[in-house]
Amino acid sequence: MNFAAVKAIYLYEMARFWRTLLQSFVSPVISTSLYFVVFGAAIGSRIDQVEGVSYGAFIVPGLIMLSVMTQATSNASFGIYFPKFIGTIYELLSAPVNFLEIVVGYVGAAATKSLFIGVVILATAALFVDLEIQHPFAMLAFLVLTCISFSLLGFIIGIWAGNFEQLQLIPLLIITPLVFLGGSFYSVSMLPPVWQTITHFNPVLYLISGFRWAFFGQADVPIGLSLLAIALFTGLCLAAIAWIFRTGWRIRQ
Amino acid sequence: MAPIVEVSNLTKTYKGGFQALGGVNLEIEEGEILALLGPNGAGKTTLISTICGIVTPTAGSVRVGGHDTITDYRAARSLIGLVPQELTLEPFETVMNTVRLSRGLFGKPKDDAHIEKVLRQLSLWDKKDNKIMMLSGGMKRRVLIAKALSHEPRVLFLDEPTAGVDVELRRDMWDVVEELRKTGVTIILTTHYIEEAEAIADRVGVIAKGEILLVQDKAELMAQMGQKQLQIDIATPVSTLPVSLVDRGLTVEESGTRLIYTYDTRAERTGITALLNDLQAENIQMTDLSTTQSSLEEIFVGLVKESA
Repeated sequence: MNFAAVKAIYLYEMARFWRTLLQSFVSPVISTSLYFVVFGAAIGSRIDQVEGVSYGAFIVPGLIMLSVMTQATSNASFGIYFPKFIGTIYELLSAPVNFLEIVVGYVGAAATKSLFIGVVILATAALFVDLEIQHPFAMLAFLVLTCISFSLLGFIIGIWAGNFEQLQLIPLLIITPLVFLGGSFYSVSMLPPVWQTITHFNPVLYLISGFRWAFFGQADVPIGLSLLAIALFTGLCLAAIAWIFRTGWRIRQ
Repeated sequence: MAPIVEVSNLTKTYKGGFQALGGVNLEIEEGEILALLGPNGAGKTTLISTICGIVTPTAGSVRVGGHDTITDYRAARSLIGLVPQELTLEPFETVMNTVRLSRGLFGKPKDDAHIEKVLRQLSLWDKKDNKIMMLSGGMKRRVLIAKALSHEPRVLFLDEPTAGVDVELRRDMWDVVEELRKTGVTIILTTHYIEEAEAIADRVGVIAKGEILLVQDKAELMAQMGQKQLQIDIATPVSTLPVSLVDRGLTVEESGTRLIYTYDTRAERTGITALLNDLQAENIQMTDLSTTQSSLEEIFVGLVKESA
C-alpha cells in the first residue's frame, strides 16, 4: 500500500476545500436557514407535530441527508472528473499507485468534506430548533456511512461522465428527486396508501428513515432494514468500483 | 551493464483496429539521451505512454531497471518521470502544491529541500507560490518537468518538450536537458525537429508507423551526414586517373566524364583546393561542379518513405 500517495491525494483534494472554505460552509448554512424559514416557519406552523416531534425538528435529519448526499456525490464526481477533463490524470495513471489507493484518496476527501457540511447543518439547525439525539453513535455511523457510500457513487459517476452535462445528470435527475420523495420533509404515513407503497421502492427512504430513527427513535421502516439498505448500497458501489479497477473502464486505454 | 529500459516486441492495437505500435524493440542505456524522431502519428507518444503505464500494451513487455512494467509496476514506475506533451496542469493550484502532490503520488516522503533544489534548478523557485494559470507556456513546461523530477526518477521521458516553442525557449530547454544529464538521469525525448536530435541526443531512434526504423549513435549518424560529395564534370572522358590524382580518393563514374570526390565538411582541410589545383596541373578541363549532401533529414525522409 502506497500510503504516501493516499495521503498526497487526500491532502491535495482537501486543500481545494480549505481554499474555498467560505463557499463550502456558507452555502449549506444559508440553504439550511432557507429551508427552516420556508418549511419550518411558514408550513410548519400549520403542521404542528409529526409523530410527536415538532415539524421543525422533524425535518432536520432529512435536510442533513439531502445536503450530504448531493455534496458527497458532486464533490467526489468532480474530484476525479476534473483531472480526466484537463488531462492531469496522466500522472495518476503513471504513478506507482493502484486503483484502491486512488479511490481511498479521492473518496476519503469527498466523504470528509460532506461530513463537515453535515455537521455544519446540524449545528445551524440546533440554532433554530430544540434537538435531542437519542442514539448519537448510530446517528454518527449513519452519517459517516452515507458520506462514504455517496462519495463512492460520485466517484463512479466522475469516471463514467464524458462531459460536464453528464456529471450533473445523475445528481440532478436521480438523487435530488429520490431524496425529496424519500421522506425528507414528511413522514411516509402522511401519504395516501398507494404512494406509501411506491415510496417503499425508493432506496433513499431507508437511509433517511434510519437516520431519523437515530434522532427521535421513530422511523418509517424498521431500523434493521435501513442498516441493510445502506450496507447493500455501499456494497453495490464497491462492486462497481472493483469492476472499474479490473477493467480500467473509461480510464486506461 | 543491463539497459535501464528494455522494450521487447511491444505491440499496441487500439479498439477499432488501429495499430499504433507494431512490435517495437528498444534498449536504452543508463545515462544516455535518446531522441525518438518521427513524424506526427508515428507512435512516439503511444510508445512512451505504454512504457509509463498509461496505455496497456496488446502484446510484448517493457522492463525498467529490471522490473516488468505490468507485473512489477510499482518498482518500475517509481523509476520513471514523465513530462507529457500537453501542458496539463490544474490552473488554480500553486506550483509548490502540484509538485508536492507528484512526490507524494510516487510514494516518496515529504522532502521540501529536494523540491527546492529542483525548482531552483529549473528557475522556478521565485514562482513557487504562483498559481499555475499565471505562468507562461515555457514556465508551465518547467513545472511539468519539476513534477517529474520531484520524485527523483532515474529515467525521464520528455514527450515533445519543444513542440510549439519559440527558438529561444527551445535552446533554453536544451540547456535544461543538458543540466539534467549531468545529474545522471537517463533521458528519452521525442521530437519531430531533426536539429533538436542533433543538438542534444547521444543516440537517435527513428520511428514511423509504429515501428522503429533505426537506432544509431548520433556521432555515426552525423559522420554519415557530414559527408559531402563534389561532382566534377570534365570535358574529355578519362578511363583511368592520372598518377598524381590516384591518392586523392577520387572515383570515376562509368561514362568517364564525371569525377566524384567525397570529403568531410567538418574536417580542418577538405582538400578541395589542392584537388582543383592538381586537376588544373593535369590539364583536365572542367565543365561543371556541384556538391550533394546526405543530411539526417534525407536519411530520415528516406527511411520514413521506405516504410510507407
